[in-house]
Amino acid sequence: MVLMKMKFPFEKRVKLAQGLWLLSWMATLAGAFTFTLGCFLKTELRRRAEVMDNTEIHAVPNTLMIVGLASLGINYFAGRMCQDALDAGRFPRWKTFMQPYWGVSLLFTLLMLMAVIMSYAMKGNLESSLKIGLKNGIRFYKDTDTPGRCFQKQTIDRLQMEFRCCGNTDFKDWFEVQWISNRYLDFSSKEVKDRVKSNVDGRYLFDGVPFSCCNPSSPRPCIQDRLTNNSAHYSYEHQTEELNIYIRGCREALVNYYMGLMNTIGAGVLSVFLLQSSVLVSLRYLQTTMEALAGQENTEIETEGYLLEKGVKETIMEYVTPVLVFLQLNQVGSEDTEA
Amino acid sequence: MALMVVKFDLKKRVKLAQFLWLMYWFSVMAGVLVFSMGLFFKIELRKRSEMMDNNESHFVPNLLIAVGLLACGINAMGGKICYDSLDPIKFSRWKPMLKPFLVSCVAFNCLLVLTALLCFLMRIPLQFTLAEGLKNALKFYKDTDTPGRCYMKRTLDQMQMEFRCCGNNNFRDWFEIQWVSNRYLDFSAKEVKDRIGSNVDGKYLMDAVPFSCCNPSSPRPCIQYQVTNNTAHYSYDHHTEDLNIWKRGCRDALISYYGGMMNTIGALVLLVASLEVIVMIGLQYVNTSQSNLADPESESEGWILEKTVKETFTDIMDKMKAMSKGNAVEEGGVDGVATVS
Repeated sequence: MVLMKMKFPFEKRVKLAQGLWLLSWMATLAGAFTFTLGCFLKTELRRRAEVMDNTEIHAVPNTLMIVGLASLGINYFAGRMCQDALDAGRFPRWKTFMQPYWGVSLLFTLLMLMAVIMSYAMKGNLESSLKIGLKNGIRFYKDTDTPGRCFQKQTIDRLQMEFRCCGNTDFKDWFEVQWISNRYLDFSSKEVKDRVKSNVDGRYLFDGVPFSCCNPSSPRPCIQDRLTNNSAHYSYEHQTEELNIYIRGCREALVNYYMGLMNTIGAGVLSVFLLQSSVLVSLRYLQTTMEALAGQENTEIETEGYLLEKGVKETIMEYVTPVLVFLQLNQVGSEDTEA
Repeated sequence: MALMVVKFDLKKRVKLAQFLWLMYWFSVMAGVLVFSMGLFFKIELRKRSEMMDNNESHFVPNLLIAVGLLACGINAMGGKICYDSLDPIKFSRWKPMLKPFLVSCVAFNCLLVLTALLCFLMRIPLQFTLAEGLKNALKFYKDTDTPGRCYMKRTLDQMQMEFRCCGNNNFRDWFEIQWVSNRYLDFSAKEVKDRIGSNVDGKYLMDAVPFSCCNPSSPRPCIQYQVTNNTAHYSYDHHTEDLNIWKRGCRDALISYYGGMMNTIGALVLLVASLEVIVMIGLQYVNTSQSNLADPESESEGWILEKTVKETFTDIMDKMKAMSKGNAVEEGGVDGVATVS
């Protein structure tokens, strides 16, 4: 039982070939576009690689780049095939090429769909990677003299200023970390000694934040230290003061930024996927109608085209059975050797 | 004796017309480029218009926009003329217009060179505008409750962070003005009263800068308050410390930013002018070679000027003298008639 049979008179075949040629060119451009989107996303992820713990999220742009390049090849061949399609003498030379071509193109089209799903589904992965990365960034903020960490301060400061955020979850993260290096603390002063003694690890903790947390939109000059102490500043109440420093945490800001980027890219790639699928469906119809012409003298008769020769289940069984036979043979072989 | 005579057979004429048509298309795109650069420059000036005093002149970007549009128009017309030049019937329709068109091309090229010169020279008035504008901006930093000035603080903070600068000439400009609003000063505190009493105008002055002057590349947390007091901070010497806050003044930063932009635009306009000169010379060759045709397929000569440069110049001077003499004769005649009657 054939799947989705359609009749194709000569004019319809010609129209199909012409339409497919145009579609394949559009799909080639769309493939190049997908590749550029992948490159752009990868560049953006690499820019903030210092505050990310792992590079698992890079699977999304890598997949997009591979799929983009592959679709350039797939659509190029689709265009060549439909150029030869209207000449019944030249079409048969593509016969041996078709089987592997279908395998490769179905694989990469499925991979494109997977990339779209991944771009939505990897939010949790990104968030946990940023959580750990930002925590380390804030911890190593003061280590401007340690090789390998000397640029953490600059990175975190610029990040907070650009994304208008403060701390990991929120600004209180800075209260739990010593972010002033010991080199700049006067250990002979009473205040420093009190603070260092007040906690188990001997860290200099205080309710202050770096200058990069300051919000330029605040009407008053920035209050960075003694944030929770209302009496330390004139006419100041920290519970109602919203414009002084950035309230949002950097993890939330970065996740929103990247998810916005990936959602837009995902929507674009979904439309490219639909275009690619329509190219493959049209090519399949063209192939089957031209094959029905083989050996005929009159090339202008009406022929039938279909998607699958047998039903979906039978076609799957057709491909799976040899694999099963191979596995069973292996099993029998190993039993024999045991005996 | 004509200037730079070249012989043209039919094939050469066709090639010249085709090449010139292509060059005219490039020139149209160059005109679009000049237009977009003028627009970009205008937008950049408006973005920072709060840092400039109200007399800032938008003459140069407006001129660039006008010149860009004019270039598109002139080059499109030139391209059409080239396209029609190989058809004698169509070309004969264009023939009477060609001489005035070429004269206007010469005038347009002069305008382009003038525009480029103005781009390079605009730096000077910009310097004065920015000096005045930044001085006022610093004065109004604290007025976040005055309508019309409430965003000055935000604008100035964002500008200092973006351009990596502090103050007008340098960071000491902040020491000379009161940049903390009276709303946030506790007038019952001794320190506030001392500072206000210490100067004639009763301003709260201190040796401190806003947070936007802080340099993120500094290895130590930013020191904004008591910047010139070495004893107030542990292991600090303000004479040798240069990573703490930005050293450069915002006027220098903005001038080098706009100056770089204007130099690039000026150089590009000069390139466009040279392209225009080339296509104008090409069009003159097309004009002269097509005008001297005995029949459409014969060989003809083309030149830039019919006589030498000196002779052409004396011809133009003579024509102008004749025109002014003609006016004088008419006036003399009218006077004569008046006196007679």
